[in-house]
Amino acid sequence: MSASPTSAPAAAPLGARRARLRAQLEEAVLPPIVALLIAALVGDILILTYGQSPGAVYRLLFEGTWGNAYGLGQVLYKATTLTFTGLSVAIGLRAGLFNIGAESQLAAGGFVAAVVGTLLPPGIPALVVLPLFLLAAAVGGGVVGGAAGVLKSRWGAHEVITTIMLNFIVLALLNYLTVAHFKVFDTLHTAEIRSGALPRLSAVIPAFHGSAANVVILLALIAVAIAWWYLFRSRAGYELRAAGLQPQAAEYGGVHVPGVWWRAMLISGAVAGIGGLNFVLGYKHYYEDGFSTGAGFLGIAVALVGRNNPVGVVLAALLFGTLSQGGLAVNALVPKQMVEVLQAVVIIAVATSVPEVRRLLRGARRSPDA
Amino acid sequence: MTQPTGEPRPAAAGPSSPPAVSLHGIDKSFGPVRANRAASLEVARGEIHALVGENGAGKSTLMRVLSGMYAPSAGTVAVNGRDVTGWSTAQAIDAGVGMVHQHFMLVPTLTVAENIVLGREVTSAGQLDRAGAERAVSELSARTGLAVAPHRKVGDLSVGEAQRVEILKTLYRGARILILDEPTAVLSPREVDDLWRVLRQMRQGGDTIVLITHKLDEVMEVSDTVTVMRQGQTVGRVATRLTSPAELARLMVGRDVALTGAGGAPVPVHTVRADARVALEVRELTVADARKAHAVDGVSFAIAPGEILGVAGVEGNGQTELVEAIAGLRAIASGAILLDGHDISRRTVRARSDAGLSHIPEDRQTRGLVLDYSIADNLILGQQHRFARHGALDAARIADNARRQIATFDIRPSDATAPARALSGGNQQKIVIAREMGRDFSVLLAAQPTRGVDVGAIEFIHAQLREASAAGKAVLLVSADLAEILALSDRIAVMYGGRFAAVLPRADATKDVLGAYMTGASGRAA
Repeated sequence: MSASPTSAPAAAPLGARRARLRAQLEEAVLPPIVALLIAALVGDILILTYGQSPGAVYRLLFEGTWGNAYGLGQVLYKATTLTFTGLSVAIGLRAGLFNIGAESQLAAGGFVAAVVGTLLPPGIPALVVLPLFLLAAAVGGGVVGGAAGVLKSRWGAHEVITTIMLNFIVLALLNYLTVAHFKVFDTLHTAEIRSGALPRLSAVIPAFHGSAANVVILLALIAVAIAWWYLFRSRAGYELRAAGLQPQAAEYGGVHVPGVWWRAMLISGAVAGIGGLNFVLGYKHYYEDGFSTGAGFLGIAVALVGRNNPVGVVLAALLFGTLSQGGLAVNALVPKQMVEVLQAVVIIAVATSVPEVRRLLRGARRSPDA
Repeated sequence: MTQPTGEPRPAAAGPSSPPAVSLHGIDKSFGPVRANRAASLEVARGEIHALVGENGAGKSTLMRVLSGMYAPSAGTVAVNGRDVTGWSTAQAIDAGVGMVHQHFMLVPTLTVAENIVLGREVTSAGQLDRAGAERAVSELSARTGLAVAPHRKVGDLSVGEAQRVEILKTLYRGARILILDEPTAVLSPREVDDLWRVLRQMRQGGDTIVLITHKLDEVMEVSDTVTVMRQGQTVGRVATRLTSPAELARLMVGRDVALTGAGGAPVPVHTVRADARVALEVRELTVADARKAHAVDGVSFAIAPGEILGVAGVEGNGQTELVEAIAGLRAIASGAILLDGHDISRRTVRARSDAGLSHIPEDRQTRGLVLDYSIADNLILGQQHRFARHGALDAARIADNARRQIATFDIRPSDATAPARALSGGNQQKIVIAREMGRDFSVLLAAQPTRGVDVGAIEFIHAQLREASAAGKAVLLVSADLAEILALSDRIAVMYGGRFAAVLPRADATKDVLGAYMTGASGRAA
């Protein structure tokens, strides 16, 4: 800074940019790792108090998930739904909105898609009707999310309150519609869709046999790519993020902020709704009451751990998918609730370690300069 | 680097007593940025010591080291002869060192007295002794001359009053060494005079005051000793009566500076106007504020191409609302706004911008910039639709635009991917200036364009405004800085109580005349 002003600017930006990129990467990657270590430590204590050996439990957890093709398939299946709900929550948060309603938006998307599926004539190729299913699921989730968005932009109702309340209303409504009008006798699910079912991964890779993993996982990856482009490369995303970071600056920049609110909630709901296809198109081929219980709420954790970045969301969805599936795998030794406790510890630890790790990194970087 | 000047003024506690504050060899880095480099400061007991320097020179950082907010990477901090290096804010407060920050830290829903005693409440049976608190505050208020009613809600106070509450809060905690960070940035000339009176009175009582500022006329008026910082280092320490604004400016910037905005001779820009065209016309504009009162009350004016209309006035008299209404950020109750003859009063912010209206907002940190966005992204704020094609942002053109603007307006650092948050106030303002003036426009709304920026940047911004006017742009300049208004404007309006109390040609406007209109002492002429 103090040296010759002519040479400094030319050299400084590159070095500064690299330092900043490294700092950003560290700040993004270290908190989840620290959180996992803390969760593992808490897990050790819980397992020991339960009278089991941590090594055995963790081995079982690994073998039941990434250790065999069936387990891995189940992890991928769960991670697929969580990717959609995680993206849904992340898009909302980027616009400065906390969407707690992914739970009911996911269910509504699945329900509308399943009902549309029962009305189709049989025998249409899946690829032909896929756009119709995407639209149906997006409309189902989008109406629920968009309603909360309009309540906010038109009347100023806080989205946290309205999305929580819409969860109760929508889930009860879907339960009523399923039980009173659409269920197959003696079950809690609708009739099977008559066209458009998507193949499971086991159709391509036989080792996945029996697992629920299906080609909707490709839709999830496409959704991640589109969400990333939308947030960081499109003009609408530029305006959405500006509205989320500094509404007054966005307004100054010609952005109609209430318009961003309802659009973001509509998109957020639609993305969660499309997540319902994972179950309806890819796995059971019908809507079942309660198929998605918890996946919407876990989406909040996925967005948090993934730092509202679509790529981070995928990694976080894999982590939480692994823990969910791992809970079933370790059930023989410890109650599966133990893994739910671990999930909660990860969430708390990430929420705490983001600022804490940032502080430590700053401390570490300061010392070499001194 | 420090020039020992001896005792510039006899300290109240006698020549043999240790200095109130002695900072030596202070280093402080934030990541790759070295905010302080072997900086030092020595403040005698019972003096008003001005700490001056450009934005980003490291003044605030040094004072945060003193007040315990930061621990220095190297160097020693001594207060009243005691080594207190690396102490905490709580320890600093206990030792009588208090800092009044530029941005107030008050709870708007609590009363003045409640805010002042916050953290040190007197309670009886678990309940706040409100009467006792108000009494204590009244006594302190009377003793220091910092008048403010203890029972009023802080949210209802003017900025000047809120600042008095901040100072009272610090004194209530027992501060005998008071650090004031840019205290006059938000004050009217009257309030500034009041503040000086209080500070002088405190000095007489033996208190020590460190005044962070970059306004050199303030330094000359009120301080005993000056320490100058540049690029994190202390570059000079002189007795105020032995120096001049020009010398201080040279020390601050490291070269000679034309002091137009700071009391130098005003430069008449251009006197001949060839045509009588109007670029911006405002007719009977009325704007309601949150309480449904008329913040702007039937204001009319017109600005010709190439003309600068200055709007002076104590803040809170409708200037903010006037500018925001013209920019489209605030609904108007009645009246019309015409840009190049077209009524734009019902158009959106974007439509007005596209029609040729540029706007430098008064608060760059909340309105003018998205602080977490990069310099490049901030340079297209409000024009993002021009840098997009089929919904996608054109990264190449955005980078190109950034490269050009950074070079033209000398924004530092020159790395377009750096977040705006990391820049100094002056460079943040340069982003706004570059964006709003580095494009085609016919009318510029410049609200407090040099607030909180350093001498070098002020010089630059003033030159830009003059250049714009010479190029035939119409400028509405709203500023709390009378010297700035006088130096740049062709005509000067004084806003008082939501109206234009007077509109004067530059030649008829003096500080005294404007001051009289600003305080409502002269009758309304609008």
